[in-house]
Parts: sequence; C-alpha cells; structure tokens
Amino acid sequence: MERIPILKMGPFLLVTIQVDLYDRLALTLENDLINMVSKTEAKGVLIDISAVSIVDSFMGRILGNIASMSKIMDAATVVVGMQPAVAITLVELGLTLSGVHTALDVEQGMELLRTKIGNLDTDEEGLYDSFI
Amino acid sequence: MIVLSKEKLPIQREQDVVLFRNRIKELATKIGMSLVNQTKLITAASELVRNMLRYGGGGITYLEVVSKSSIPGVRLTFADEGPGIADVTLAMKDGYSTGKSLGLGLPGAKRLVNEFDIKSEPGKGTTVIIIRWKNGL
Repeated sequence: MERIPILKMGPFLLVTIQVDLYDRLALTLENDLINMVSKTEAKGVLIDISAVSIVDSFMGRILGNIASMSKIMDAATVVVGMQPAVAITLVELGLTLSGVHTALDVEQGMELLRTKIGNLDTDEEGLYDSFI
Repeated sequence: MIVLSKEKLPIQREQDVVLFRNRIKELATKIGMSLVNQTKLITAASELVRNMLRYGGGGITYLEVVSKSSIPGVRLTFADEGPGIADVTLAMKDGYSTGKSLGLGLPGAKRLVNEFDIKSEPGKGTTVIIIRWKNGL
C-alpha cells in the first residue's frame, strides 16, 4: 500500500507530501502520524505541502484533525509551504484551517515549532542575554 | 455555446480521481487558464467527484472544452445513478451534511466555478454540471 514517509528529526516529525493525495492516502497519513507522535513522544509535527496543488475540504479536514489530535497528544502542528492558489481556493471554498498553525516555508515552520515547545530554551537565552 | 472537445471518464475507485484531476489540468492548461482558476476548478471537481463516489457509488464524468462568444472554458459533468438527493436546497447550504463531512462540498464547489447546475431525483441519481471560463472571475 502507498504511504507517505514520516521522518523523525530530534523532537519533531517531518512530513513532505510529494504526491497528489487521494482520500485513503490522507487517512493513512493521519493515522500513521498520530501513532508516530505517540511512539516517539514528538513535541512537534511539520507538514510541508509545497508540492500539493489541490487541497479540498477533505484534505483540509485531515490537516485540521492532525492538528487537533497532536494537540491532545501534547505536540504542536505547523503546515508549511501552501501555494498561493491553494490558499485562495481554500478560503473561497469556506475552509479557513482555524486551529492549524502555518508558516511560509520549512525554515520558518521549524522556527515556529521551536518557539512553541522551547519555553525552556528561551528562558536560557533570556538568562544569557542578561549576562551580556 | 460550442463544444470543442468531449471525453468520457468513468469513476469507480478513489484512484480514478487522480487521473481525472490530471486530465482536467491538461485541458485547463491547453486553453490557457490561469493557475488560480485551474486550482479552483480542480478543487471543485474534487469535491463533486468525492460526492459521486461516496453517495452515488461512482458514476460517469464528461470533460469538455467549450466556447461561448469565443471565450473558452472547461465544462465538467458528473452523473451517477445513486440514491439521489432528497432536498437539493438543503444540500446546497453551507455546513449541511448527511455524512460526517464538513458540509462544504456542494456549496463550496459552487463558489469555485462560474456556472453550476444540479439535478437530482430520489431513486434515480444526481447530475452536476460545472463550467469555469478561461478568465472568469
């Protein structure tokens, strides 16, 4: 069965969707991701959709589901790289993806995840700053 | 309205949807439709074809390149012989769903295209026809 690979990178899980999704593939991804969050105790999930040309209401719902489920499992979700045409279409469709964090690219997405889980790190940085 | 080309594509499985979407993209690209309009058309088609699979048990789609006042467009027809929709007005409302979905499919698809026509008869099936013009807003 076709599957979308999930990479573990430190406390984060990385997913790059390179194919056009059909419903079952999206459902499998949702399931796999939540299991991975539980297994690896990941603190953040980054989903790169820059190669996805179509996000319809089903796919949008799956993204929302992944974000809500991850949140319950104490992990933050960021969706990155949405194509402008996809964003325009989603809003017109009536789907605003409320509850899903977004960033323009992977780099900014990682940054967002770090600040979301990095209370401890920021404290240390703050301490360091005050030394200077 | 003139029909410039017409092809038929049966949809019986989810995997057929990918082929269907690709074919629409080819036709829309051929007539020079902008990327945003292509995305809107394919997204609308994706919603309608899902409805057809989920509620109508699959069906037939027709993909046509049409022309009106020498402006080209893509016309898509989705015909199933499923149970039909009991109340089309209700089904066209945002947030209404008999399944577990968000209820955005039909009303959302209508917003994404220039022309939208739905006919449904309980017990006989549902036919939806949509058109997106090359430069239609």
